[in-house]
Amino acid sequence: MKPNLRKSLSQAINYIVWTLLTLITLFPIYWMFLVSARTRVELFDKPKLYQTSFYAENFIRPLFRDVYGRYLLNSFIISTGNMLLVVVLAILATYALSRYRIPGDQNIFFWTITNRMAPPAAFMLPLFLLYSRVLRIGDWRLFDTHIGLILAYCVFNLPFAIWLLKGIVDGIPIELDDAAMVDGASVMQVIWRIIVPLAAPGIAITALLSWIFAWNEFLFAATLTSVRARTITTGLSEFVTVVGTNWGEMAAMAIVCLAPAILFLALVQQYIVVGLTFGAVRE
Amino acid sequence: MRSNRTAWGLLAPTLLVLGFAGLLPFFYVVYVGFFDWNVFSKTGDLVWAGANNYRRLVFDTEFLAALKRGIVFTLWTVTLEMVLGMALAQLLMREFKGKSFFRAVHALPLTVAPIAVGATWRLMTIPGLGPLPYYLRRIGIDYNIGRYAGQAFATTVLMDVWHWTPFVTLTLLAGLTALPREPFEQAMVDGANRWQILRHLTLPMLRPVILTALFLRIMDALRIVDEVWMLTGGGPGTATRYVGIHVWRVVFPKTDYGYGSAMSVLLLYFTIVLCWLLLTAITQARRETD
Repeated sequence: MKPNLRKSLSQAINYIVWTLLTLITLFPIYWMFLVSARTRVELFDKPKLYQTSFYAENFIRPLFRDVYGRYLLNSFIISTGNMLLVVVLAILATYALSRYRIPGDQNIFFWTITNRMAPPAAFMLPLFLLYSRVLRIGDWRLFDTHIGLILAYCVFNLPFAIWLLKGIVDGIPIELDDAAMVDGASVMQVIWRIIVPLAAPGIAITALLSWIFAWNEFLFAATLTSVRARTITTGLSEFVTVVGTNWGEMAAMAIVCLAPAILFLALVQQYIVVGLTFGAVRE
Repeated sequence: MRSNRTAWGLLAPTLLVLGFAGLLPFFYVVYVGFFDWNVFSKTGDLVWAGANNYRRLVFDTEFLAALKRGIVFTLWTVTLEMVLGMALAQLLMREFKGKSFFRAVHALPLTVAPIAVGATWRLMTIPGLGPLPYYLRRIGIDYNIGRYAGQAFATTVLMDVWHWTPFVTLTLLAGLTALPREPFEQAMVDGANRWQILRHLTLPMLRPVILTALFLRIMDALRIVDEVWMLTGGGPGTATRYVGIHVWRVVFPKTDYGYGSAMSVLLLYFTIVLCWLLLTAITQARRETD
């Protein structure tokens, strides 16, 4: 074969492969959009691969007349609260781990990651028991509260944030903090005026990914809440009942659930590897 | 100026929170594992049981079967994801128009909540409504994951591959881009073919990154719950009741807290051992390649 022909053939194969992959990747999500736009009657008709009408009731009823609006708000409060807590604690801890030589700091660093690796299925029972039965002040329990989930999510998000930020803070020259300290700045001032601005892009990525991880979480939310602090992910599983499922509404709520993550994708995409491998592999 | 007291002061909030949300439950679950505790018993009290829960666990065929099922699931998904991910990462090493678009779309499933992944796949596979059973029937295949165990298992594997292959692709791609170019150019000059380069250059040099991806995928696949729970509920029968789902299904409806705790402890123990083995392998590989 001529080299030119060979080159365009391999180009063609390349595009065929990626077009197919794109179709396979998008189809399940596309199908969910179709289902969310259909009435019950349309749904049980022959499964058409396109849709011309839009049945907004699938979105409106669960969000405004059912509890899903509140679930959505809960998810938002919990993810944002967890993100703020995690980022603040992680910046302080990372600064300590990066700038000070304290006995056992390596062990602390590695211990944090074991929390991230632990199967949530093994943690859900003790947390459930602690939250619902053991830790109580009078009538007040952590069970079914926003703060309960915010704290529980620290188990996986805090180690992640520390591991991600450690690499970034290590990269900031220590001479900068020394110079500031000679000028009389306190540790807090150094962190706030030097470390935070210089690490800002890394902090933003950490915050964004922490938020998404908290938003997507299901097991803890399902075991540690019942009514008041239910999240949207738990709400999704509630559609599947013994008496049958309202598929249209389920699809609509699934779209609401994945919308923020998809919106963030453009921002996160580039850093997602760093995030998901805790910075072990840098892109 | 840099006193240890300041360092501990900065670490304290983190240690407090992780101690509360990570260590406390860990010690508590170990403690409860030595008791009989059933809410529906007469008193609902904790009764000392010694090692009884663990003795029961070792002979619990359902638990062992779920564990084995989880391992088989992990072997299938992780193998497929590593092979596919490696192939796609190789493809993404070339320059072509629209590359960043394809890469972004490929990464999309990673940001979707596992429970929503389960929901989308359920919508595609439900008989009478989903396109998969409908179009497969037209070509003569009876596809029903509510009825056939093998199909249910295969579908959970496919769903996991859909969800997580991009992770392997992007991780390996990051590793590939960081590799030095000279050895590859030299090999081309020496007339090595693509397969030889992959076998003798790429794979050995990429070993730490491959192991890291492998490690994270194994840990995640073993503890899968949400997606499969949403897709099949662990059925039909027990066909897709992987270990996390088993714990979930046994512990909560039966409120057998002592036994459930023992189960959690064993699961944590397996995880820690596996984690340690894999981390050692990664550090070893990093030291060898550096």
